[in-house]
Amino acid sequence: MSTALVPAGQAHGAHPPGHDTNTGISHVKLGIWAFLSSECLFFGAFISTYLIYRGRDHALLEQEGLLPEKIFDIPFTSATSFILLMSSLTMVLALAAIQRDDMRGLRIWLGATALFGLTFISGQVYEFTNFYREGLRLQTGVFGPTFFVMTGLHGAHVTVGIFWLLQLYFRSLQGKLTSAQSEAVEVAGLYWHFVDIVWIVIFTAIYLVPYN
Amino acid sequence: MTTVEEAVGQVAAPRGLLARPTKAEGFTSWFTTIDHKKIGMLYGGSALVFFVIAGLEALLIRLQLVGPNGTVLSAKVYNQMFTMHGTTMVFMVGMPMAVAFGNFLVPLMIGARDVAFPRVNMLGYWIFLFGGIFMYSSFLWSSAPDGGWFGYAPLTSQPLAAGALPGHGPDFWTIGLIMMGIGSVTSAVNFIVTILNMRAPGMTLLRMPVFVWMILVIAFLTLFAMPPVTAALIQVYMDRNFGTAFFDASRGGDPLLYQHLFWLFGHPEVYILILPGMGIVSEILPVFSRKPLFGYRVVIFSGIAIGFVGWGVWAHHMFATGLGPAALTGFGVATMAIGVPTGVKIFNWLGTVWGGAVRLKTAMLFALGFIAMFTLGGLSGVMHSIVPANSQQTDTYFIVAHFHYVLFGGLIFAFFGGFYYWWPKFFGHLLDERLGKVNFWTMLIGFNLTFFPMHLVGLRGMPRRTYTYGEGFGWETLNKIETVGAFVIAFSTLTFLVNVFVSRRKRVAAGDDPWDGRTLEWSIPSPVPAYNFAEVPEVHSFDDFWHRKYTEDDEGRLVRLPAGAADGGDVHHEPHHIHLPSPSFWPLVFALGLPTMGYGFVFKNWWVLGIGVFIAMFGLTAWAVEPSTAEEDH
Repeated sequence: MSTALVPAGQAHGAHPPGHDTNTGISHVKLGIWAFLSSECLFFGAFISTYLIYRGRDHALLEQEGLLPEKIFDIPFTSATSFILLMSSLTMVLALAAIQRDDMRGLRIWLGATALFGLTFISGQVYEFTNFYREGLRLQTGVFGPTFFVMTGLHGAHVTVGIFWLLQLYFRSLQGKLTSAQSEAVEVAGLYWHFVDIVWIVIFTAIYLVPYN
Repeated sequence: MTTVEEAVGQVAAPRGLLARPTKAEGFTSWFTTIDHKKIGMLYGGSALVFFVIAGLEALLIRLQLVGPNGTVLSAKVYNQMFTMHGTTMVFMVGMPMAVAFGNFLVPLMIGARDVAFPRVNMLGYWIFLFGGIFMYSSFLWSSAPDGGWFGYAPLTSQPLAAGALPGHGPDFWTIGLIMMGIGSVTSAVNFIVTILNMRAPGMTLLRMPVFVWMILVIAFLTLFAMPPVTAALIQVYMDRNFGTAFFDASRGGDPLLYQHLFWLFGHPEVYILILPGMGIVSEILPVFSRKPLFGYRVVIFSGIAIGFVGWGVWAHHMFATGLGPAALTGFGVATMAIGVPTGVKIFNWLGTVWGGAVRLKTAMLFALGFIAMFTLGGLSGVMHSIVPANSQQTDTYFIVAHFHYVLFGGLIFAFFGGFYYWWPKFFGHLLDERLGKVNFWTMLIGFNLTFFPMHLVGLRGMPRRTYTYGEGFGWETLNKIETVGAFVIAFSTLTFLVNVFVSRRKRVAAGDDPWDGRTLEWSIPSPVPAYNFAEVPEVHSFDDFWHRKYTEDDEGRLVRLPAGAADGGDVHHEPHHIHLPSPSFWPLVFALGLPTMGYGFVFKNWWVLGIGVFIAMFGLTAWAVEPSTAEEDH
């Protein structure tokens, strides 16, 4: 908070963006940080629900042959999770590209990030379909609802992120995104990284912690 | 959609649909405005309408309870009335009215020309308004929410087939609250960024008015309180509509988890409601006592302390659920502890008034009324923290008495004080003082007539939320007094509305600084010009505007500085070069998508849901790519 106490115009040079704010952080960036902190509690509530309920329906799942360790295909989900994590790398490369005014590089890396995100979502759709075929329903014990609702909401967040990336991609195609607006990419990146980090937590809680 | 067409017609053709509207005046401008002052007025006006609606619901409740075995309302309608009364007062009056004051005043108090995200600001308003209308539209299907403002699962979460609550009431309630929660989070983000980032030169955090501080604290509380309840509401919706088992104990779910998630939101929510009231009172008392606020920093740190400790007391709403002795002790102690910073503030306010040159204007009367009534409510609140006493009082009218003393005697009194104090800044004319005093005294008397007897019937065992009661419990007389009191409050509110119209007709010009104010909003013209400050002020101390007007002589007496020294600069500065962001209609379009999606969810009509998603996506995309300002003609 110490920077926040410095009056505007005394401590900062003329480096846009954010040069005219009290904190030295631009409005958009401070805003997205505040929003993401709120999202932490949103996912936190679902993750807590899952952890509190974990194992309560063990007998039911065992009887129906739906125990998580049985139906999970951990190598497959690890692969899609790895792809999602790699999309954070391409996101960083996209930001680096626009910051050095490399518009072609920006589009390549934005496209790659969106594609990786899409691969992850496709993997999730495939996984959901498989689980459904095996007999896991939204109504199965407490594992069904906690699993589907939590991972589904995470998938919805990734989908929103993909639309965000595509919108940046098309804006840059029209020439409306220049290095002066690199912050638009940075903010989208913050959201994207956040969604990735949430997945690390969810993946650990669901796939790596034993269900009992 | 004349707004859209007119607006588009005014700007250069190539931008087409994406051009930004330019109208700053007239009826249609209210749909596209992004001026924080106009948005504040929209919030305030809408919240007043909801206040009247919630008041009418309360009157129906009181009519039903005026005598034993009342027949005015059926049990079902009674349930709808108390559910909608509570939901409306919390989400459509308390929160938006605080946002109304905050929207109008925060930029003025910190010396800014607008908020950080003007379009998001407008979006927040539309989401709140549509969320409220959406929830009230449930009456069209005779499906008003009837599960209480807390909507406890499994009552609200049982599937329709199980027959717990027929109709779509809980669905309207869950979806409507999720919607309004989204609106609150957007306005919280906006306040945080505005306050941290947009202060005028010299306006350090510890020179900000207390009201701004309290808005900052509640913005953080809102940010962190809304997500848990949103998650819980999604789970209730899924249970009810898709047969999931989040709160179905027979299948491994846990209804107690709902209470934890709800009150993890619900108790910070109480402070979200009351802290702006404390902020308003902390502005009014120094001005009408002609003394600086006593212990400014202590007031602020107490507010922050309340904000922090407020996260550790939620389970005192659940003392009767059998949490076990460790949890009961911990939450009981935390609840007693939170009384300390609150009590500190009360002493600060008393210290401010003590020895001051007190002027008993209506605003000051309401502020003093706030201190007295809020203290009473706080005392009964500390009683609840004692676990054994709590188990006796819980779910009786004693609790109803307690929270009305803090929320009506506290918050609503502060709002009325704020109206009388800032009305000249909002509209350029004063509210009538004589009617104002009638307003205050009838409010104070009616309030105590209504809610004080509730302590007594509560201690005599009268349960809450029960639509009727039998004879011979010793509750009859007190209930009659309560009903009379409720109508006195209604009369008082009517006096206020009459005052608004009478004062508007008389238009007693207020001048820029009618109360000899201390904070920056009084340094600029009333009503406030669109650009707020012709020149961004430079701040040198707390209560800066006061120190521009007064200095002290050797014996510590106030001496007025010569006029002119008071002006920060040339007030009649021509503002042509001040760049303000242009209006936009995309917040409205985006927000229209949300209730559409809401109806899709309630009636499980995926076509309607899809249309809603499309509208929202369309609005959001257009918003993202619209030019940052209207094209200028020079």
